[in-house]
Amino acid sequence: MARMTMIQAIRDGMDVAMGRDETVVVYGEDVGYFGGVFRATQGLQEKYGRSRCFDAPISESGIVGTAIGMAANGLRPCVEIQFADYMYPAYDQITQEAARIRYRSNADFTCPMVVRMPTGGGIFGGQTHSQSPEALFTHVAGLKVVVPSNPHDAKGLLIAAIEDPDPVIFLEPKRLYNGPFDGHYERPVTSWGKHPDGEVPEEHFTVPLGQAKVKREGRDVTVLAYGTMVHVALAAADDTGIDAEVIDLRTLLPYDLDAITTSVRKTGRCVIVHEATLTSGFGAELAALVAEHCFYHLEAPVRRVAGWDTPYPHAQEWDYFPGPARVGAALTETMEA
Amino acid sequence: MATPLNLHVPEPEVRPGGVPDFSNVHIAPAGEVARPPIDVDPRDIRDMAFSVIRVLNREGEAVGPWAGALSDEQLMEGMHHMMLLRALDARMIIAQRQGKTSFYIQHLGEEAVSTAFRKVLKQGDMNFATYRQAGLLIADDYPLETMINQIYANSEDPMKGRQLPTLYSVREKGFFTLSGNLATQFPQAVGWAMASAIKGETNIAAGWIGDGSTAESDFHAGLVFASTFKAPVVLNVVNNQWAISTFQGIARGGAGTFAARGLGYGIPSLRVDGNDYLAVYAVGLWAAERARQNLGPTLIEYVTYRAGAHSTSDDPSAYRPKEESAAWPLGDPVIRLKAHLVAKGVWSEDRHAQLEAEMLDTVIAAQRKAEANGTMHSDNRPSARDMFEGVYAEMPPHLRRQRQESGV
Repeated sequence: MARMTMIQAIRDGMDVAMGRDETVVVYGEDVGYFGGVFRATQGLQEKYGRSRCFDAPISESGIVGTAIGMAANGLRPCVEIQFADYMYPAYDQITQEAARIRYRSNADFTCPMVVRMPTGGGIFGGQTHSQSPEALFTHVAGLKVVVPSNPHDAKGLLIAAIEDPDPVIFLEPKRLYNGPFDGHYERPVTSWGKHPDGEVPEEHFTVPLGQAKVKREGRDVTVLAYGTMVHVALAAADDTGIDAEVIDLRTLLPYDLDAITTSVRKTGRCVIVHEATLTSGFGAELAALVAEHCFYHLEAPVRRVAGWDTPYPHAQEWDYFPGPARVGAALTETMEA
Repeated sequence: MATPLNLHVPEPEVRPGGVPDFSNVHIAPAGEVARPPIDVDPRDIRDMAFSVIRVLNREGEAVGPWAGALSDEQLMEGMHHMMLLRALDARMIIAQRQGKTSFYIQHLGEEAVSTAFRKVLKQGDMNFATYRQAGLLIADDYPLETMINQIYANSEDPMKGRQLPTLYSVREKGFFTLSGNLATQFPQAVGWAMASAIKGETNIAAGWIGDGSTAESDFHAGLVFASTFKAPVVLNVVNNQWAISTFQGIARGGAGTFAARGLGYGIPSLRVDGNDYLAVYAVGLWAAERARQNLGPTLIEYVTYRAGAHSTSDDPSAYRPKEESAAWPLGDPVIRLKAHLVAKGVWSEDRHAQLEAEMLDTVIAAQRKAEANGTMHSDNRPSARDMFEGVYAEMPPHLRRQRQESGV
């Protein structure tokens, strides 16, 4: 075991995957010599050579489009979109092409590839460096969508994603890259060095896609969260003293319905937390699933806590961010309902 | 007084009711354009993005430095492929009108482009085509019956009824699964070629795009990646003058030619007479050899004319003169190759008529076999159960639940 930050764990995941399989290639804007603006790919070019880790032109559609061609020709590309906010030019290639290649060709061709992209706010990135577009991907048949919340899972999920036979969208909450963040922005930044999930096996291991994890057991209310919001939910439970069960979904598509229904049927209450805007967000899907599968177990209406339906503002970031106070209020109201 | 500004919207020379006018199409005489070595400095052949490489002259003779690349047998094989494709198109248009399929896209007037280009590729090379390059399959002896099964979306459709008719996928014939969205295949072709280089293999890729789709950003994404990484790829632009009802001047904008777009990327860019089987083959071979010798990408613009409708859902008489296709100054690829073979003394009107009849019989025979497997509206369609398969390598739980719910 080693102590790693999330960025180190992600880098280590690519390193392990590249070391085991020479068909794994890594590229994107600034990822080669410089090692990426967040340093996720630092040292990989030096170790594996320029033909396996290199800088790409600033063309997201070109990055994903060429990766599809590479995947069709026997490679396993793991490409980086510098910020999730920049993925829109590649949206056509991701959703109409990568997601469909297997289906439309009846597996004549397949598309094993990973598209990594930093998501979420909390770094004063304004409306073009803070987005959480997971719902735009979970709506697409043929994609898998992963959002890790800690270094251990980030490495295990990333290796699983690279080894997966289908295209995987790997959304990295950038606020968690260097330390856990529970939404109490006035608190000093804590370190992954002291966090149990900062312990990461140095060797190859995987966290299976499609499996959620219970991060905190509780009897009174289930909190469904992923990414940064897992930490916010844990903090809200501590702050309120409510015996909440916090589920880290980890993979949004395919989602772990068993974990969701088992917990909600036990607690009878459900609060869903995500950072993306509320309307038509992934929380709507979760709420619908809970209503469909747990309705007769519910003792209170399902509640959602999410980003407001505005673009992510710069100066008002902490008014936008769904912090522990808002989650705590939702938990309290749910318990009182 | 400031000058009031006004918007420039290009228009074709002629609309329905007018007299076809191709006076703006500048065509060099056959044999006039030089044939540079494959390792030529792209800066030295910039003028080739504005000329048109032609081999067959008006007398049916093969002339100039690009001539002589094909034997008589290869030329007759080319004739065979073009006429087979033409016969398939004719029968499938009728089949669509008969309700045996929902949709069809034909190649009339463009048969030389894909059939000739296929012959410059080797086993293991990969095409990222558009829906108007079925000649790549025809010229590689892909079974007609299987093509028609796909068009009919019947029980033997290799894609199990999931794709529009003519959107084939044939890995073993170097034909990547077709997209209905435009231009997406261009960067994919470049990526496939880059992978070949990364792995140190010898196969090359070919990307295909129509004149209209060069306006898509993916066309430019493909060019910049091909240029940057010197990908072993041939980038083909088929300029057939019409993107459904939109004439090529709308996508071309201020550029002199579509080939000229490659110049800004430092990619050798050539224009070729797309209705000249010999010229298409010679230029394609030149570009393929460049790719095989690690000399990087080539952009080729095929100057041709879409003589038929865009698809069975299109009515070209609504936007261009009916006589325009006959007035196209580069003629018909089948008639031109026929004239050449006759001039060489290896072909005749009788043999041509005989081959035409043979090709029709071949298509009808394949069509009969395919129809035994069902048509679009018969009962033996692919199963609804197939609809749920293959979305992922392994069916995830939510999809399994939906399949159960659907009752299949």
